Amino acid sequence: MLAFELVAQGLIQGSIYALVALGLTLVYGLLRILHVAHAALFTLGGYVGVLVCNASGSLALGLIIAAMVAGLGGVIMFRLAYQPLLRQPPYVALIASIGLFIASEEAFRIIFGAQGMSFTNPALQQQVAILGGLQFKLAELLVMLSTAVIIGVLAWLQARTRVGIACQATVSDPQMAESFGISLRRVRDINFFVGSALAGFAGVWVALLNNLVEPTMGSVPSYKALAIIVLGGLGSVPGTLAAALLLGVIESFGTIYLGALLDRNAIAFAFLIAVLMVRPQGLFARR
Amino acid sequence: MNYEISLLTTMAIAVTFALSLNLITGFCGQISLGHATFQGVGAYAAAMLGQAGWPFLATLPVSMILAGLLGAIVGLASLRVRADFLAITTMGVGFLFVGIVRQQDALGGELGISSIPDHGLGRVGFMVLALIVCAAVAALSVYIKRSWMGRVFNGIAEDEDTMRVLGIDVPRYKLAAFAMGTALAGLSGAFYAYHLNFIGAESFGFVESITVLSMVVFGGIGSVPGVIIAAALLSVLPAWFQVIGDYKLLVYGGLLFLMMRFSPGGMTGLVNRFARPKTSAQGNQS
Repeated sequence: MLAFELVAQGLIQGSIYALVALGLTLVYGLLRILHVAHAALFTLGGYVGVLVCNASGSLALGLIIAAMVAGLGGVIMFRLAYQPLLRQPPYVALIASIGLFIASEEAFRIIFGAQGMSFTNPALQQQVAILGGLQFKLAELLVMLSTAVIIGVLAWLQARTRVGIACQATVSDPQMAESFGISLRRVRDINFFVGSALAGFAGVWVALLNNLVEPTMGSVPSYKALAIIVLGGLGSVPGTLAAALLLGVIESFGTIYLGALLDRNAIAFAFLIAVLMVRPQGLFARR
Repeated sequence: MNYEISLLTTMAIAVTFALSLNLITGFCGQISLGHATFQGVGAYAAAMLGQAGWPFLATLPVSMILAGLLGAIVGLASLRVRADFLAITTMGVGFLFVGIVRQQDALGGELGISSIPDHGLGRVGFMVLALIVCAAVAALSVYIKRSWMGRVFNGIAEDEDTMRVLGIDVPRYKLAAFAMGTALAGLSGAFYAYHLNFIGAESFGFVESITVLSMVVFGGIGSVPGVIIAAALLSVLPAWFQVIGDYKLLVYGGLLFLMMRFSPGGMTGLVNRFARPKTSAQGNQS
């Protein structure tokens, strides 16, 4: 029974990780940049979500606007920060991204205050019992459900639409894609928009689950999402999904059984290091 | 006067620490996002031994050896994974260190270790020793850079596969870089612990790893004088300007980003660009 509950909690956490890590994977697949500052957009999403939701009283509106703002933020970040660095060695973009992330965390603290904000009237807090007598918050179930729906829709778009196929072509061979008339710039913009919008969306859910947004709420997901995309075999979307859910479950078991030895973050990274030593190309990479 | 002595000591420790990372990241091209871990290992070793009654100077070699051993183990990881994967692995090592130390009551847990005994050298003596160590590490860096080993490091940083083809035992040199760099970080950690009389897991977390990396990057990756100047400046700026102290991370993060965005070669790159515009222009063409 406990095991079942831990798996469920792990999957909820894993869904959040998946939403954040997917954007990172999209960026890595396209540009080979470890986009640490991605989590700043997650935090931005959380803040926008809380502000809009408190002002309008509608969570749905908060989710949509947060995703849009974070998406736009991602495109701006790409244009200003990454585009000029594409020709540099990869560590340049990585360090620039870390700098950007640290600076934006501080900016959130200065703008919105260090104590954080919460929903005046948090939605979806009622308890729901599902089969087996497990109790969940409605919000927790909706996180899982919406993650599954969104990822399903994205997978369909990527496989079946012109834009999606253009993205796939650009990932596998940018030069070739360009010579077939695909606008690299447009594909990159779209990828940053979609990935960042997912992060913003996840930010609102996390804000709702904890009923708190803080300037530093992005740091843990940020580093953990990096661990996840590495586990998933950098740039592989299905691998990232599997790794996110797996890590969520491992953490929820780990905090119960290894909690005295390691804290939650350390468990995630211990797992990452162990996996990398055995499979340096990641858990699900096909190489 | 006490304030200046304390400031100079802080500076010397920071420069030693930054130079130790420069050996790994600057010379050998292995990005480490967890370098504070090794300073932490050194600091904890020195603090625990100090509390057990060891004299300060006797704790130094032990700190170096312990940090260097752990560094060699992480170096082994660098043989398995490269570039981006290595950056994430070292970051993981950092989180693992903080996570483990926090949960161990024997290591002070969340509270950290306070009441580290006095080093018995006096304030000035301690400062002079820190400065001597710092100068020695700088001299060692310059020596290594000019030696055969330094050239091999440079080759590995530029193109690892070519070095392999040339018959260079790349793993051995990578391990050497990690062992030396992390041992020196451990040394700086021992000074850190005795200087502040207090250490906690958070003193060696991810932020500190990024801070030291930003010192190296800001100075110009691989450049010894650049790194010395950058580490000296960035370590005392927060103390000099209270405004910067309050917004320390904003300034660090902003500097790191702007430096990478506009001059990936750091200050050294800037200086070279302005001092020798013609040669750099030719360099770009070739």
